[in-house]
Amino acid sequence: MIALLDFDFMRRALVAAALVGLIAPLIGVFLVQRRLALLGDGMGHVALMGVGLAFLLGTAPIPTAMVTAALGAFLIEFIRNRSRTAGDVALALLFYGGIAGGVLFASLAPGKASSSLNSYLFGSLSTVAAGDLWALGILAISVLVILAIFGRELFAVCLDPDIAQVQGIRVRAMSTLMAVLAAIVVVVGMRVVGLLLVSAIMIVPVAAAQQLTRSFRSTAVIAVIIGLISSIAGLAGSFYIEVPPGPAIVILALGCFAVLAIVAVPIRRRRKELA
Amino acid sequence: MNDTVINIERLCVEFDGEHVLEDVNIEIMAGEFVALLGPNGSGKTTLIRAILGLEQPDHGKIILFGATLKRFKDWHRIALVPQRLPGASSIPVSVWETVMSGQIRPRSRWRLFSRSEKISATQALKNVDLWDRRRDRLDALSGGQQRRVLIARALACQADIIVMDEPTAGLDAANVAALTLLLAEIKELGKTIIVVTHELDDIEHLVTRAIVLGASKHQSVGYDGPPPVPGVFAHDHHHHHDAIIDKAPPVVGM
Repeated sequence: MIALLDFDFMRRALVAAALVGLIAPLIGVFLVQRRLALLGDGMGHVALMGVGLAFLLGTAPIPTAMVTAALGAFLIEFIRNRSRTAGDVALALLFYGGIAGGVLFASLAPGKASSSLNSYLFGSLSTVAAGDLWALGILAISVLVILAIFGRELFAVCLDPDIAQVQGIRVRAMSTLMAVLAAIVVVVGMRVVGLLLVSAIMIVPVAAAQQLTRSFRSTAVIAVIIGLISSIAGLAGSFYIEVPPGPAIVILALGCFAVLAIVAVPIRRRRKELA
Repeated sequence: MNDTVINIERLCVEFDGEHVLEDVNIEIMAGEFVALLGPNGSGKTTLIRAILGLEQPDHGKIILFGATLKRFKDWHRIALVPQRLPGASSIPVSVWETVMSGQIRPRSRWRLFSRSEKISATQALKNVDLWDRRRDRLDALSGGQQRRVLIARALACQADIIVMDEPTAGLDAANVAALTLLLAEIKELGKTIIVVTHELDDIEHLVTRAIVLGASKHQSVGYDGPPPVPGVFAHDHHHHHDAIIDKAPPVVGM
């Protein structure tokens, strides 16, 4: 661990991993509750187009991906509201368009852009620049602030959009906000976890935690703990065994899922006896 | 006590050009216990959704507490008790969180739940006799208990009107009996209650008025009994609700 902290790039990567491990499960818990577990995946594909576009235009990848993903979030919500039945297919088109556009733009870009696209797909230890860290930190803090203000309304909308609307909550605005939050998480996670796997760090810790928990709040807290452990430990592990960090982080999170699946059996049995 | 809380005038709701509700006129007074009856497809659910602002009327107007739907702001005065919460089956949500969720408002954005809100939720959970289960997952409770939690959710936000969608559907006799007792208590509190139901039998003694929606799309609503007079069905145990539906003449909306 000490050797690992000797490297500047590793310190930055660890901070970036901790940020995504913290905020991704906090958004994931809402997405799972609203049965939108794959929304993050879609946002990742759309963000990839932003990265490709950044290569082509020579702009900075993080802001370009953020703008593209945010536009994608609005577009997804627009499509979801417009058509309930065809929404699924329309979203699929958007996702495929995102990944195809991303690879296409990157291939058209001058230099070795298409080979560095790989680091955005599966994460990389060395790509977090000092300036990136500021951008990621600001994005992560804005997620926390938005959740502090709108978290309860988001919860009510996820519980039942109809009764939330009767309570005077603006359901469509909240749905769009949720998609935007997912877009921010995707961009924060794309450097270290990678765009193909970033939504796993939103969903897997939540899936793991909910085997054990009885409330929304405790699910969120335990999911954040799992998210932090797997992203930090996964990143450190990938340094030593020399693999991309994204897969290492996600495999660790899946390991947590498996361990909790085994642990949860006797706990649930005991609770049943007590009830 | 005899204040009009809901006034529906010439309400029409269409889906894809089909009239689901046509020329519906209903006036509901404070403290009434209204049963909304009618065969499947008669527009019962659409009617309550329209009252709650979840469906836009194509014609006519709905007035809640003297304000038209567009101007109505006091949404805390009206609560919906759904049959289930879709989000509570995909992730653990505790009984306590469910009850507190009824008090989430846009205007409470910047503060935590107040002491009085917590007291209301506590009291509501005690009223439905589920205080001991507050830490449990909602979906670990039986169907009848979950229904009671959702009623507690409506009680906790101190709503004056409580709208219930098929509260007794799918419950066994014991749970229906418990629910009926609970509804009697809520009625005693002076709440206005609107129940969409197929099974009038269990709650017939509580109902002060039945509104029957017709099956034909051209005869959307028929009153049974003059609107403001309570007790039309209150003690009339000879009536079976199927018979009521059959006999109900479409007074309005031909």
